Amino acid sequence: MEIKKTALYSLHQKHGAKFVPFANYEMPIQYPTGIIAEHKATREKVGIFDVSHMGQLFIKDDNQLAEDLEKIFPIDLKNILLNQSKYSFLMNENAGIHDDLIITKIKDGFNIVLNAVCKNSDFELLKKLLNNKYEMRLNDNLSLVAIQGPKACEILEKIISGISDLKFMNGNYFSYSSKNVYITRSGYTGEDGFEISIKNEIVEIFVEALLKEGGKLIGLGARDTLRLEAGLCLYGHDIDIKTTPVEANLKWAISKKRLITGRFLGYEKINSQIESGTKKVRVGITPVNKIIAREKTKIYNEENKIIGEITSGTYGPSVQKSIAMGYIDSKFSNIDIKIFLEVRGKKYPAKICKLPFYKKNYVKGAK
Amino acid sequence: MSEVKFSKEHEWIKMDGDTATIGITQHATEMLGDIVFVELPDKGSSVVKDGIAGVVESTKAASDVYTPVSGEIIENNQSIVDDPAKINADPENEAWFFKLKIKNKSELDSLMNKDEYEKFSKESVN
Repeated sequence: MEIKKTALYSLHQKHGAKFVPFANYEMPIQYPTGIIAEHKATREKVGIFDVSHMGQLFIKDDNQLAEDLEKIFPIDLKNILLNQSKYSFLMNENAGIHDDLIITKIKDGFNIVLNAVCKNSDFELLKKLLNNKYEMRLNDNLSLVAIQGPKACEILEKIISGISDLKFMNGNYFSYSSKNVYITRSGYTGEDGFEISIKNEIVEIFVEALLKEGGKLIGLGARDTLRLEAGLCLYGHDIDIKTTPVEANLKWAISKKRLITGRFLGYEKINSQIESGTKKVRVGITPVNKIIAREKTKIYNEENKIIGEITSGTYGPSVQKSIAMGYIDSKFSNIDIKIFLEVRGKKYPAKICKLPFYKKNYVKGAK
Repeated sequence: MSEVKFSKEHEWIKMDGDTATIGITQHATEMLGDIVFVELPDKGSSVVKDGIAGVVESTKAASDVYTPVSGEIIENNQSIVDDPAKINADPENEAWFFKLKIKNKSELDSLMNKDEYEKFSKESVN
């Protein structure tokens, strides 16, 4: 398969991006100032992310659609408000996670933002699960730009007025360069921010305008350290087909009402796991010294028995320490329990800790 | 002091009598990105030419550090352990990694001089 480029590829190139292949796209991993500077710019001011590789799926409404989607997703879609977004999962019968995603109710149906690696298989699976009943489109003519950080609102408002009225996990149509753009107040960094779905032909001038207002381009490297500090899962690492939302400690994303009514994919497994607990659970982990525990690092208890494995680990530039997440035998999952991590053949002490590592700065209501 | 020599693993080595000071090159730090962790060989330990003699980690990944010559470690640079960002700031001076007592000076013969290394590092990009 030929490697794809986003509509912002030449802009990245112009700004000195270092590229890596990611989910069959040539994506910027970092720009010349490096990952730590990009990370801090997002926490302190504002970062701009090209996330156009992610899937933007549109499913056209019919009165039946919300009901049919409820047979798939564990959320209340019949009572979702227009322009409201919800985090959810596409699961199999055993509650194994095919993908995690954001669903937004729009005027003529639903919009679902999918992970880049999963988007094509998700599309096929959803088409099948919906019995080919609806008009579905993965829209390649649209780019997706995230703007994140304490100054995101101020800077975006200068370019597109009215966006500061958006509430967290809500969206709306706005106009830019006399074209429609769809903006949601959301993101994946632990900061306040927005995601802008915008036509490919105007995305470059839009991003240039954000840069002019003081935005800084951020690559996948800092996107990873930011989301990990915020305790957020990366699909294919912290969650996958072998983990369930309950094991992943993501129960909060399952609607309480739907847990009573049931009738969604994976319901039986989720219900039984909530009732009787799980063998393993996702936790936050901090090594006692500076050692960094990467994905696949084995976790041991005090009796030298393997009790789990790290799924993501790095140095957190804002918390200024080594941080990690992983799955651990539930018996050993209490906060502050002493564990050991095996790095390059040596065992280092570590602690289980609360997530997130970095306190979120989401703006709940409009100002 | 003699001229600085370079290895294919992107280490530099500076001789002063029998003492070699070893670190990683500017080019290496540019490839690695921001360094956030470093592990150095213990004082008194022996290292073997082209063997692993430490680890550097960036936000992205861990990489081994090799020694271009064999010898006994006589000093390691604790200041870069305490503040790994120094390695990105000044890799070929202040942020040296370790000093060793060289065992066999003929091991220096296979290393590159500055011009040869510059040519080599340009070719090894991508």
